[in-house]
Amino acid sequence: MAHRTVAIITGAFVALLVLAPLATVWGWAQSGRAIGAADWAALRFTVLQSLLSALLSCLFAVPLARALARRRFWGRDWVMTALGAPFILPVLIAVMGVLAVFGQNGLVNRALGMFGVEPVSIYGIAGVLLVHVFFNLPLVTRMIVQGWSRVPAEHLRLAGQLGLRGWAMFRVVEWPMLMRVLPPAFGIIFVICLSSFAVALTLGGGPKATTIELAIYQAFRYDFDLAKAANLALIQAALAGAAAVITVMISGRETVSNTRDRRVFWPVDHWRIAFGDGLWITAAIVFLGLPVVMVVAQGITGVPTLGMAVWGAAGRSIVIAAVSTALCLALALPLTTRWGEVIGTAGLAISPLVLGAGLFLIIRNFANPFDWALGVTCVLNAVLSLPFVLRILRPPAETIRVNYTRLAQSLGLGPIAWLRWVFIPRLRQPLGFAAGVTAALSMGDLGVIVLFGTSEQATLPLKIYQLMGAYRMDQAAAGAVVLLILSLGIFALCDYWGRRNVKDY
Amino acid sequence: MKYLSLAAGVIFATAAAAETPVLNVYAPDYFTSEWGPGPSIEAAFEETCACDLKFSAGDLLPRLMLEGPSTDADIVIGLNTDVTRKARSTDLFAPHGQNNADLDLPIDWTDDVFLPFNWSYVSFVYDATRVTTPLASFDDLLNLPEGQKIVIQDPRTSISGLALVLWVKATYGDQAGAFWQRLAPHILTVTKGWSEAYGLFTDGEAAVVLSFNTSPAYHIVAEGDDTKRAAIFDAGHYPYFELAAKVAGTDQPELADQFMAFVMSDAFQSLIPMTNWSYPAAQPMADWPQAFADLPIPSQAVYMDENQAADMRDTAIEEWRTALSQ
Amino acid sequence: MLKIIDLHIHQGNFHLSADAITPEVGINAVLGPSGAGKSTLLSVLAGFDHPQQGRILWQGTDITKLPPSQRPVAMLFQDNNLFPHLTIYRNIALALTHKSRISADQHDRILQALDRVGLAGLADRKPAQLSGGQISRAALARVMLQAQPILLLDEPFAALGPALKQEMLDLLADVAAQSGATVLMVTHDPNDALRIAPKTILVADHKITGAFDTRDLLQNPPPALADYLHGSG
Repeated sequence: MAHRTVAIITGAFVALLVLAPLATVWGWAQSGRAIGAADWAALRFTVLQSLLSALLSCLFAVPLARALARRRFWGRDWVMTALGAPFILPVLIAVMGVLAVFGQNGLVNRALGMFGVEPVSIYGIAGVLLVHVFFNLPLVTRMIVQGWSRVPAEHLRLAGQLGLRGWAMFRVVEWPMLMRVLPPAFGIIFVICLSSFAVALTLGGGPKATTIELAIYQAFRYDFDLAKAANLALIQAALAGAAAVITVMISGRETVSNTRDRRVFWPVDHWRIAFGDGLWITAAIVFLGLPVVMVVAQGITGVPTLGMAVWGAAGRSIVIAAVSTALCLALALPLTTRWGEVIGTAGLAISPLVLGAGLFLIIRNFANPFDWALGVTCVLNAVLSLPFVLRILRPPAETIRVNYTRLAQSLGLGPIAWLRWVFIPRLRQPLGFAAGVTAALSMGDLGVIVLFGTSEQATLPLKIYQLMGAYRMDQAAAGAVVLLILSLGIFALCDYWGRRNVKDY
Repeated sequence: MKYLSLAAGVIFATAAAAETPVLNVYAPDYFTSEWGPGPSIEAAFEETCACDLKFSAGDLLPRLMLEGPSTDADIVIGLNTDVTRKARSTDLFAPHGQNNADLDLPIDWTDDVFLPFNWSYVSFVYDATRVTTPLASFDDLLNLPEGQKIVIQDPRTSISGLALVLWVKATYGDQAGAFWQRLAPHILTVTKGWSEAYGLFTDGEAAVVLSFNTSPAYHIVAEGDDTKRAAIFDAGHYPYFELAAKVAGTDQPELADQFMAFVMSDAFQSLIPMTNWSYPAAQPMADWPQAFADLPIPSQAVYMDENQAADMRDTAIEEWRTALSQ
Repeated sequence: MLKIIDLHIHQGNFHLSADAITPEVGINAVLGPSGAGKSTLLSVLAGFDHPQQGRILWQGTDITKLPPSQRPVAMLFQDNNLFPHLTIYRNIALALTHKSRISADQHDRILQALDRVGLAGLADRKPAQLSGGQISRAALARVMLQAQPILLLDEPFAALGPALKQEMLDLLADVAAQSGATVLMVTHDPNDALRIAPKTILVADHKITGAFDTRDLLQNPPPALADYLHGSG
C-alpha cells in the first residue's frame, strides 16, 4: 500500500542521514586511542544522570499532569502553552535562568542569606538533575495530559459509579494510561540527557560530572582523534538505540477513543484534592517560570543596545527555524508508527558533533561544505527534533488511523486525499504543538554552524556566544532575552494555531 | 532551496570576482565577529592590498585536519602554542618570513612558522568588592574564605583551561596533583569554555575566574569599572600567545606574505588592544594604549614551549582530573 | 449477482465458513447470535479482512483480492461514518470527488441527495451539530452517492429510538429499491428483518447459511437461532 512505501522510504532516509555520517567519520579515522578509564567513568556518570533525570521528571510529572488534567481555571490555556517553554529554551539561557534562581548568587540563596543561613550549593549531581528536570518535566507533563484526554470518558464515569478513590483509582484508571505514556516519555528524556554536555559539566561542579558527549567533544576538537570520537559516539548511540527500542516497544498500541482536550471528570472530588492540585500547579509555575522571568529581568534593559548584527541573526534564525520545521513535519508524518518512532529517535542518539563532522566529510567530496552550512543546519535540526515530534504525533495519529482508515478506504481516498481531508486536519492540535516545539528548538540551536563556519551567516545563539566571547555579558543577556521571546513567540503561535477551533473535533 | 541558491551565488561571485584576488583567512569565532578585531583588520588590510579579505570562522584545527592540503585557507590566525605541535605535524604551514627580533614578548621567540600577533598572561581575575585582599600567589587561592569560590575552564575542552593546568604543572612540577587536591574545595565548578566561566563570574556566582591579566582592561575602558582585577603572582604567569601562520599550499602567496608583513605593522598592532583585549606582540609597551600600559603585569613568565606543552599535556590533565574527581 | 463460494475465515481462535451464499438483489438481513461473526462477514465482503480460502464473485468477476476502494461495495459502519471536522456537505462530496473544487453538476447531486434523506438546508453543519438520526441520514446520503451495487450495513441504526429507527429503515428500503442494490444489513432485531428484508442470511455455529426467506426462517428457526430468539427452556 502506498502509505507503507512512503513510510519505508522516509524511514530509510532518516536512518541513512544518521548512520552515513557516523560511518564516514569512522572510516576516515586512522589510528585511535583506546577508550580509557576516564571514558568509562564518563559513561557511568552519563547513564546514571540520564536515568535519574528521566525518573525524576516522570515522577514529578504524574501528579502535576493529574492536577492539570482535572482542573479548569482561568489562564489554564496559557499555562498549558507556557509549559512548553522550558523545553524549548536554548541550553545556555536555561542554565543562566536556573542559576539566577538557585545559584550561589541566586534568589534562593540570597533569601536564605537574609535569614543568616549558609548558601546551599547546587553544584553537583543535584544541579545537573535540577536543570534536566527543569527542561524535561514540562514535556512529560504535557504528554501525560494528552494521555489523560485519551482515557475514555466512560471509564471515568464508571469509576465514579464504583466510588473508586485514591489508590484504587490510580490502579484501575491512571496506571494503565501511564504505562502507555510514560515508557516512551522516559525513553526520550533518557536519550536527551545522554547527550547532555555543557549543562552536566557546569552544574556538575567538575570532572566527576563528565559525560560521553564531553569525551567525544574532547576527542574531536582537541585531540582530533576521529576514531575515538566515532567509537564513543557508537556506544552512545547503542545506549540510546536500546533505550528507544525498549521504551517504544513497551508502550504498545493506542486504543480507540476521543482525542478532545476535554476536562477529565474526576469521580471522587474533594476540596482537599483540589487544594493539593492547586499546590502542585503553583509550585510548577514558580519552579518553571521564575528562571525564565529572571532571564528576562537580567537582559531586557540591554535590548535597545543590540545592533543590526544581532537582529539580522535573529531574522536568519527564524527562517532556518521555518525551513527546519517544514522538513521535520514532512519527515514525521509517514513515520508515526512504532518502528517509525524507533528510527526517528535514532536522530537523537548520535552525537551532533559526529553527525556534523560526518556530513562535512561527505559533502566535501562534491561541494564546498561552507556553502551548505545553512542547508545542513536545517536538515540536522529536522532530524534532531524528529523524536519529539513523533512522540507527540504518534498517539493521536494511531487513534486517527484506528477510527478512520476503514471509512477512508471505503471512500477510496488515496494517500494525498487521506492527508488532505483526514490525517492533517485531525492532527491539527498536536501538529501545532509539534511545529512549535521544532521551530523553537531550531531557534535555540547552536547547530553545526560551529564546524561549518559562519562568515556572515550567523544565527542568533551564535551571536550571543560571540558577544559573551567579547566580554559583552550585558548585551549577551539582552540577546538571550530576544532569543527567548522569539522562541516562545513562535512556539505560542504554532501551538495557538493548533488549538484554535478544535472543539468540533 | 536556500543553500542551492547560496551555492550558485558563490559560484557566480567567485567567477565575477576573479579579478579581485581573494585572501581566505581562517579565524576563530570571537575574532571574526562584529565585536572582535576582524572587521577593523579587514578594512585596514583591504585599503592597501587591492584584494578581498574573506574571513571564515569556525573551529580551526579540526577543520584544517579534515580539509588537509586541499584547504582553501591562505592564512590561519588564532592558534595558540599549546596546540602548535599538532598543527605543525599537518605540514600545512609555510615559514612566516617575518623578523622575530621585531617582536616584543616576555620570552625569546624562535619559531619561524607561527607568528604571535597578540599575547597576554593567563591569570585569575577577581571581584575586588568581594575579595578584599589582593591575591598574590597560588597559596592565596588556597586561603580563600568559604563564600568566595573560583570558576575555571575544563582543560579538555578549553584552550585557556589547558593553559591553566600547564601553568600549574610548570609551577609545581611533581606536586601539581597535590596542589589540585588542595585547591579542589575552592572550585565552584568547571565550564566548557571561557565564555561560560566569565559569565558565571560577572553574574556573581564565583568571586574568582580564570582569565587573562588583560581582561580588566575591557571593564575599565568600556564600562568605567575597575572592581575587576587581575591577581598578579610573584612566582610568574603562563604567557598565552595567539598566532598567525601562512598556509604552504596557498594560491595567493604574495598576498599571504603581504598579510604576514601587515600583521607586524603598526596598522594591525594598534587595532589589537581595543578589539581583542590583549597586548600587541610587535609593539613596545610605550606604544600601548594607556589603559593597557597601566595594567598590573607579572614580572616573570613561566613558560612551556610547544614540545614541553604537548608532552606534559596528558599528565597534567590527568592529575587535574583525578584530583577534582574525588 | 453476488456470490460467496467456499469461504473459510480464521482469526485466532475464531473460524467461520460458508459453502455457497447468494444474497439477492434487495435487502438481506444478517442475523445470528452475538459474536457469531456477522460483522466479520461484512468486513470480508468489503475487503477489510481476508479469508483464508474462498471466493467472492460479483457478476462473475472474482473480487476476492481487490482492495476495498476497488470493490463495488459501499459500507455503513456502526459509528465513525462521517468525518467530524468536515461539514455534511463536504463529507458527502467525498463520495463524488476528492478534489476541493466541486463542479456544478456534483453540487446539484449532493443537494439532491441531502434532500432525499430529509436534510435539506443542513449542508453546512458539522456532525457535532446534528442529532443521531440526522447523522445516520447524512451517512445514508453519502452511501447513495457512492452508488455502488453492493451496500453493507453494520447495525447502522442501533443507537436510534424505535420510531426513528423505523423511519430510517423505511428510508433505506426506499433507497435500495430505487437503486436496485444488493444490501446486506446486520441487525440484532428480527423485527427489523421482518419489516424490510425479504431474505435473511444466518450466521451461527461457525457457519454462514442463506439466503432464506425471512418469514420462514423466523417461524421455524434452527436451534442456534431459536436459542438466540427465544432462549432455551
